[in-house]
Amino acid sequence: MPLRDELRHAWVVARKDLLVEYRSRTAIVSAVAFVILVLLVFNFSRDPTAVSSIDLAPSVLWVTLAFAATLALNRAFQLELENQALDGLLLAPVGRGAIYLGKLVANLLFVGLIELLGVPLLALFFNVPILPYAGPLAGIIALATVGFVSVGTLFSAMTVRTRVAELLLAVLLMPFMVPPLWWAALATSRLLGGRPLSEITGWLKMLAAYDIVFVFLALLLFPATVNE
Amino acid sequence: MLLADRLGHSFGAVRALDDVSFRVDAGQTLAIFGPNGAGKTTLLKVLAGLVTPQRGRAQVDGGRRAIGWIGHQAQLYGQLTVRENLAFWASLYDVSPPTDLLARLGLTDHADRPVRALSRGLVQRAAIARALVHDPQVLLLDEPFTGLDRTAAEAFGRLLAQHTAAGRATVLVTHNVEEGTELATDVAFMRGGRFVHFAPRAGRGAREVAEDYRHAIA
Amino acid sequence: MRMLRVGRWITAIGLLLLAGVYIRALVFTPVERLQGLAQKIFYVHVPAAIWAESAMIFVGLASVFYLFLKDPRLDRFAEASAEVGSVFAAIVLTTGPIWGKPIWGTWWTWDARLTLTLFLFLLYVGYQLLRGAIAEPGARARFAAVLGICGMVLVPFIHFSVYMFRTLHPMPIVLKPSTPSLPGSMLVTWLLSVGVFTLLYVGFVTQRYALSYLREQVEVIGDVGRGTGDR
Repeated sequence: MPLRDELRHAWVVARKDLLVEYRSRTAIVSAVAFVILVLLVFNFSRDPTAVSSIDLAPSVLWVTLAFAATLALNRAFQLELENQALDGLLLAPVGRGAIYLGKLVANLLFVGLIELLGVPLLALFFNVPILPYAGPLAGIIALATVGFVSVGTLFSAMTVRTRVAELLLAVLLMPFMVPPLWWAALATSRLLGGRPLSEITGWLKMLAAYDIVFVFLALLLFPATVNE
Repeated sequence: MLLADRLGHSFGAVRALDDVSFRVDAGQTLAIFGPNGAGKTTLLKVLAGLVTPQRGRAQVDGGRRAIGWIGHQAQLYGQLTVRENLAFWASLYDVSPPTDLLARLGLTDHADRPVRALSRGLVQRAAIARALVHDPQVLLLDEPFTGLDRTAAEAFGRLLAQHTAAGRATVLVTHNVEEGTELATDVAFMRGGRFVHFAPRAGRGAREVAEDYRHAIA
Repeated sequence: MRMLRVGRWITAIGLLLLAGVYIRALVFTPVERLQGLAQKIFYVHVPAAIWAESAMIFVGLASVFYLFLKDPRLDRFAEASAEVGSVFAAIVLTTGPIWGKPIWGTWWTWDARLTLTLFLFLLYVGYQLLRGAIAEPGARARFAAVLGICGMVLVPFIHFSVYMFRTLHPMPIVLKPSTPSLPGSMLVTWLLSVGVFTLLYVGFVTQRYALSYLREQVEVIGDVGRGTGDR
């Protein structure tokens, strides 16, 4: 199937997912509530005289985003199983790759929205100035997000068929989440510490390599998760 | 238009399909009856290409684009309205939904309600509309009458008759011999993954077919 | 079943030889000058680490071939290799701290190699959990293969990233480009130990493979006995 058709169909799938989410808004509301709760817990569990917030902020940011995203990722395939709509998708003259890409795009926009709301909250609660670094910070977040969301989307197509979907996805995804989060957290702390940009380009390259490898791999492997 | 060639498929030790062969030509409607667990759903999934058979080969002229499918479940998104659902499925086939489809299934008044808010029968009608949205050449129907009241079943019957009259093919599977017999040009009985009877209906009514079914399955 | 017996024999011989290697290590191999007796654990630790990592590669390769050939034997092998790999990873994770306490003065550090093994162990755990959560054999095999391949691809990424950090861990002394910087008798003992662990890997995997074959047979018989729902 021509690439243009695949991309168009992927967008059709993604748009439908976002419309479904827009109708109920339960997932996004609970994800944002979750982010706020995690930030609160972090704030109360630290000793402000011992650890400065600027040192803690990168880890808090990435731990919060990782957990919120993991909770959100099952949603994409859960809604396909509700009325066995997935069978309809598989039957339609649409490549498996387009279905995966559609789900990936919807998940990325969804997690992106959580991040868009979560990062300013972090800046507010932890009194971290992020505005001077907004551009590079957005770049780090975007690169890391693509990495673990691409793997998470692939895995969620498998875990939704199990009884313990949320928990299993978290367990499967964590080893894959840690490398990008690790690099992203290191890059973030350098960035917020006011170090020159040239110091983080190495991390950004690693993140980009991870993204390319796993998006490609997931596209190749996705058919095996849905074909019988 | 549709060919099944020595299909075989097992789940573990259970033979869901055991050497099933048949063909359905333009203008034919094949009704397959069988008890639960006879392999009917597996057969339809193999024909649709949702399950790759372990043995044999299934072929539908025109491929996936030509198939309209009604399964056990509606394959509709609960939060979206009937109209939005149809628009979504149509766009996957790069068509726009036929304007009279909703009217023919008596869904006009319910088109802008979310599917989740509809009754069982209305959901089934919406599922039928979904299957017809791209004007398929071959219809594969798995217990399509479930949940339909008499009026809706008759309306659906008329749609199927039009479909067949237009030179298209239908395969219908059900465990209820009362359903769909009148629409069939050919009748098959299935048990333990095999066809135990396969013949033209040849004027038999629902009652005669039911009689034959009891003999063949017993 | 013949395969199970063969596996048991290989394992028994492997364990016997392991005892032999240790007698050699303790009695006939010189004590390392700086580390003392603690160094002796190295004859278990390093071969186990080698096989913990190699087992993941084998899981990944078997998974790749499974997705193409759909041969249940490949799936069974991947399952067996993953279970044995997790055992070896557990050996590494227990012997590492035992060695680390006297030498580094701490049970656990976020040292590169130890972290890598912890990741491996978690991957293996996830792999087995996923297998346990899927009842249908075909789907179980496909899903496990997807995870196995991803796991294999992840290993080099972890490798690379953990090595970008300064590490307390002794640098590889045997597998390095220049000639091994290990005294001859230690090297021989170590090589023997690697051989023994290879034998143990083969023995464990053979047994585990035979066991999953038998379990499949039982599942098949169970299916016939129970009958299944609408298909």
